[in-house]
Amino acid sequence: MQVIKNQQLIDNHWTFLTDDAPLVAGNISVSFARFQQEKAQLVARNGNLGVRLSPTNAVSELVADLPQLALVELDFSDFADGRSFSQAYFLRNRYGFEGEIRAIGSYLADQAFYLSRVGVNAFSAENLPQTQATLNDFTVFYQ
Amino acid sequence: MYQYNHNDQILIEERVAQFRRQTEQFLKGEISEDGYRALRLRNGVYIQTHAPMLRVAVPYGVLNSKQLHKLAHIARTYDKDYCHITTRQNVQFNWPKLEQIPDILAELAEVQMHAIQTSGNCMRNTTSDHLAGVGIDEIEDPRPYCELIRQWTTLHPEFDYLPRKFKMAVSGSSTDRAATQFHDIGLHLVKNDAGEIGFKVLVGGGLGRTPVIGQVIKPFLDKKHILSYLEATLRIYNLFGRRDNKYKARIKILVRETGLEEFSKLVDAEWALIRDGLEVSDARFDAMKAHFKPLHYDKKAAENITFSRYKKENKVFETWVKYNTLEHKIDGYRVVFLSLKTPDTPPGDLTAEQLDTIAKLAEIYSFGEVRSTHRQNLVFADVKQADLFQLWQLLSAAKLTTPNIGTATDMICCPGLDFCSLANAGSIGIAKEINDMLDNLDYLHDIGDVNINMSGCMNGCAHQSVGHIGILGVDKKGVEWYQLTLGGSSANEAAIGERLGRAVPKNEVTQAVGTILEVYIQQRLEEESFLDTVKRVGIEPFQEKVYASH
Repeated sequence: MQVIKNQQLIDNHWTFLTDDAPLVAGNISVSFARFQQEKAQLVARNGNLGVRLSPTNAVSELVADLPQLALVELDFSDFADGRSFSQAYFLRNRYGFEGEIRAIGSYLADQAFYLSRVGVNAFSAENLPQTQATLNDFTVFYQ
Repeated sequence: MYQYNHNDQILIEERVAQFRRQTEQFLKGEISEDGYRALRLRNGVYIQTHAPMLRVAVPYGVLNSKQLHKLAHIARTYDKDYCHITTRQNVQFNWPKLEQIPDILAELAEVQMHAIQTSGNCMRNTTSDHLAGVGIDEIEDPRPYCELIRQWTTLHPEFDYLPRKFKMAVSGSSTDRAATQFHDIGLHLVKNDAGEIGFKVLVGGGLGRTPVIGQVIKPFLDKKHILSYLEATLRIYNLFGRRDNKYKARIKILVRETGLEEFSKLVDAEWALIRDGLEVSDARFDAMKAHFKPLHYDKKAAENITFSRYKKENKVFETWVKYNTLEHKIDGYRVVFLSLKTPDTPPGDLTAEQLDTIAKLAEIYSFGEVRSTHRQNLVFADVKQADLFQLWQLLSAAKLTTPNIGTATDMICCPGLDFCSLANAGSIGIAKEINDMLDNLDYLHDIGDVNINMSGCMNGCAHQSVGHIGILGVDKKGVEWYQLTLGGSSANEAAIGERLGRAVPKNEVTQAVGTILEVYIQQRLEEESFLDTVKRVGIEPFQEKVYASH
């Protein structure tokens, strides 16, 4: 599987572990709930760590742990739920997270430009070329 | 008025290209129905009963002649020779073809117009006072601030998928002509004791199904903080506004459920973290104000005497001056209203021919500018009194001089069941009946200031809940019924109308309005307005008469 990262198509190096899946080595991401429960084991493990946020998770509760993370996934279950845009703003802008922020789930390809403007730099999508094409829709903006 | 710079122009052209691609992809089946719906709404495209409807933004109601000619061209080329002015100062086309809408948007971009964020759950066009810059009660011209807000709201990456639509209005005068108390955020330009300009900020007002009067959240906000305060408010709304029920998703519900004090604390806490980085500099304000400099008024305009002579000699002209013109801050000038409430036309409609005529006349008589009002009329804001008689004759020929501004036939009316897929009941037909009933001008003028607002469904596009007389169409088992309210107002003394009683059938609405007006005539004290009479006597005398025959 491929993803878009920093405007380029690259191979995906991350695996998401469901809440009941056994821990494995390598680059894994887990739900916010699992991260909170198993933080110590997850951090002590070999390999990079990511956390998957739903729009209802408060980014403020993750702030202290950001230095341990290489990836935060913003999971869209509904493209109309714009909270993920503010989550991205908080991560990148307010809390200075420098790792990968990846949009996943059922967002629209045409939302990728806005997502990139609030700090998302990676996109997992069914139609990668369509998503990639929208990233340069605008060369000017007001904010 | 504001003139686009290079980047402004690039932005709307890139938006047209983006929507063209999205529409092509949708027509080829490459974008889902739901996905395209969200995208088209953010470009002003609704799917209506008969055809798509395109809502074009008129930022704070300001248009120039070139833009009017373009609207006329679009009406002729892509629509059925007319357009419609909305209650938020925008322009609607009712019959465009979906596949042609990208072309229409490209044409609009040629004259610095767009349809960005005129619908959808995002920040909408900012509205304002149609007397901005010319009103005698003005504290500060709101237009430069409106433009600043227009730019900040346009394509804001974080706030384009809000829980629900978000509307802002700005007033710069002591008299509120922009219904600011019924907006998600209402901004009043005010002066503090030190003489500095700032904003009184209201939050949580709105019409629709649950009308609420906005509450003051900041009595005085330094103007340099305007964008950071808006950003903080929008961020709190985006994060905490309800998304589980679309009827409870407006900010007014969040404010009510959180409590104003607690909501205000949340906003302040967010604001404290961002305000220093987002201050608007004086230089930026000055650059914006430079677009709205006072016009080159004729200093000798007041010396003309033919105006008073014509008024004496021509009773019809005198009546028009009395009802359809207003005092201007510059002596010798007047503000002229073009009534779009002529008896035979749906309220707010304009033909392509009228658009062209208005464009030409604005060029000659009013510095090439026109404003749209939230009561769905147009305004020439800067007409020399010496020109009024001639202008009146030319406007009369275009059927734009019905002397009824502010009267009972100056109705706000939604498109209703005839056009709108949401409507439960018709409204245009009843507007025509009320017009026919009030065809005696002396009687109409005797009744005086009455705002009749009529919506064809609960969504309340015609602001029926704040009409002095509100009429709301409802569907009862497939039959159109109408709920009447009295005493609403969207002006300074903001009020939500009180229900008169049970709904009346369609064929009795006009008669009921007639009865209400008769009761007013009987009950009023000398010079007392309709609204004041309703406030003093309550709704009982009206109820008794309206429901007497049943």
